[in-house]
Amino acid sequence: MFIRMIRGALFRQRGKMLLIAFTIALGTSLATAMLNVMLDVGDKVNQELKTYGANITVKPKDSSLLSDLYDVEDEGDVIQTSYLKEEEVGKLKTIFWAFNIVDFAPFIDADITLADGSQVKLVGTWFNHHLELPTGENLDVGVTSLRTWWDIADGTWLDEQTEGSENAIMIGTVLAEREGWKVGDTISLEGPASSCEAVITGIFDAGGDEDEQIYAPLDLVQELSDTEGKVAYIEVSALTTPDNDLAKRAAQNPAALSAKDYETWYCTAYVSAICYQIQEAITDSVASAVRQVAESEGAILDKTQLLMILITILSLIGSALGISNLVTASVMERAQEIGLLKAIGAKDRSITGLVLTEILITALVGGVAGYFLGFGFAQLIGRTVFGSAIEMKVMVIPIVIVLISLVTAAGSLPAIRMVLRLRPAEVLHGSKA
Amino acid sequence: MSLLELKNISKIYGELKALDNVNIKVEKGEWVAIMGPSGSGKSTMMNIIGCMDKPSLGEVLLDGVDISKESSKKLTEIRRDKIGLIFQQFHMVNYLTAVENVMVSQYYHSMPDEEEALEALGRVGLRERAKHLPSQLSGGEQQRVCVARALINAPELILADEPTGNLDEANENIVLDLFRQLHREGTTLIVVTHDPEVAEAAQRTIVLEHGRVAREIINENFQE
Ligand SMILES: Nc1ncnc2c1ncn2[C@@H]1O[C@H](COP(=O)(O)OP(=O)(O)OP(=O)(O)O)[C@@H](O)[C@H]1O
Ligand SMILES: [Mg+2]
Repeated sequence: MFIRMIRGALFRQRGKMLLIAFTIALGTSLATAMLNVMLDVGDKVNQELKTYGANITVKPKDSSLLSDLYDVEDEGDVIQTSYLKEEEVGKLKTIFWAFNIVDFAPFIDADITLADGSQVKLVGTWFNHHLELPTGENLDVGVTSLRTWWDIADGTWLDEQTEGSENAIMIGTVLAEREGWKVGDTISLEGPASSCEAVITGIFDAGGDEDEQIYAPLDLVQELSDTEGKVAYIEVSALTTPDNDLAKRAAQNPAALSAKDYETWYCTAYVSAICYQIQEAITDSVASAVRQVAESEGAILDKTQLLMILITILSLIGSALGISNLVTASVMERAQEIGLLKAIGAKDRSITGLVLTEILITALVGGVAGYFLGFGFAQLIGRTVFGSAIEMKVMVIPIVIVLISLVTAAGSLPAIRMVLRLRPAEVLHGSKA
Repeated sequence: MSLLELKNISKIYGELKALDNVNIKVEKGEWVAIMGPSGSGKSTMMNIIGCMDKPSLGEVLLDGVDISKESSKKLTEIRRDKIGLIFQQFHMVNYLTAVENVMVSQYYHSMPDEEEALEALGRVGLRERAKHLPSQLSGGEQQRVCVARALINAPELILADEPTGNLDEANENIVLDLFRQLHREGTTLIVVTHDPEVAEAAQRTIVLEHGRVAREIINENFQE
């Protein structure tokens, strides 16, 4: 009979129940969407900031010592005395924080002479280099995804995975204009060790020094400068956690940390921890954070997250008010029915059980629908704001369940209590025919 | 021992004495009508007898138990076990069918039994409409469902507050015939009414005025 009553209440008052379910669904979806976005916004903003370039550079130990010593880093020509091994570049994906390593590319430079005798800087790198890791993972890494801000003025990105790409190059707009080169032109390059002919596949506008340079596949440059298997430096783009005190202490000397601190630090995606692990993986290397980006990243992230938390709290309060209002109203509306059941001999407990079961089922239906709706909203926000999907966080489910139950209970309990206190004589007699 | 005895009952709302020192006795199996002008305290008295309200002063003995002192939980039990209620407005659970509305009463009393509930609907001539929702029934039909619901648990006492107030002649007669049947079966009936015809069907009429018993009329023409 209980089930029959519940069924009757739910199905024969479909309109009313759907309205409640709908409100709960809306509230739930709002909560789900905001929570999902909030929890994912860190990764998203990080990913967004990543498009402004690499945040870690890896150099050979000696060269960085040398350049530090003479304070000539990144200023003109450094005499390259030592190199990293190309075969070790893939090891970046084997460190503890491998999943946080989003992209990377090895570089080697060479000064070459053109047919007209002028000198140009040739940069060898990976474009969309295909890697097969020992773990079985496959991925493409390189400047194509690392230099997202480059405008391809003409032609296309150099595609390493097509035939003939080993002799393909990309050139900067400034150089293209000066030399009058176009896409498809074949030019001759004379390097320190040998020379070759190469075809231009694309002209890029990077808005910097690169616009006067030539970019070519790593192998080509190694051949021209007789540096097979060698790499001058690696740029790495990694998702990182903003540094805190622990990270700063660790950055000075990881060995000075207590065992517990060390573990915490090692297992948190601090830039310094990731750098440390990169050094462990790549022989004789020094990995360092590109400071400015890393720090502003942290600040932006904190602010964005604070904003999201505020919006989430507000939207939760909003949906809570909506749900509890409607639930209260719908319980109060049933005063007469409840009075009748009491007059017939129903105990308070059975009436409470009846009403709560109904609301629970309605809330469940609304909640489940709302969860998926909210997940859809989150994706919509992800796509429009960040241009990528929002990851489904499992922890949102229990949070939302607790939240919706609390709100629904808060909405129905006072109403049920009020209705229970009400005496059947008052609802049933009064000549309000 | 009388089934019901009101001893010096008063119900006071602030300045107003809705019931003023009322003394009434009703024997087992008796059929009593209560009449009186609007506001004379009829419903107030029915609520007290029906365990839905308590008197301000006085004692109410139902089957020898003083119900004016009981807890509301106990009153719910007494009402469930001994009393069948019929109201002027046909209160039904509007999302349950006719037969389900009758079964609800069984459910809270003991065990729902659809066959028995259908039989009760048969007694009020509504067996064919058992699967209809209240919104699909006429007023008279709804009231008959309420009567079926009141008698399903075979209560000792049926309290009806203007059961025919909203009914036409034909439906009024159906309900009165049912009352006669119940009376023959030994059920005690207390019926509040404005309608002299309904009052004349009873064995005895008590007239209330200003919360007091004004007079009692024994119906000499009463037919079993
Ligand atoms: N809860 C209440 N609070 C205050 N006064 C009340 C309350 N209930 C009833 N009264 C008053 O008590 C008096 C008796 O009311 P009651 O409902 O018993 O009259 P009645 O005889 O049933 O009238 P009617 O024929 O119109 O149904 C009325 O004056 C009414 O206003
Ligand atoms: Mg009345």
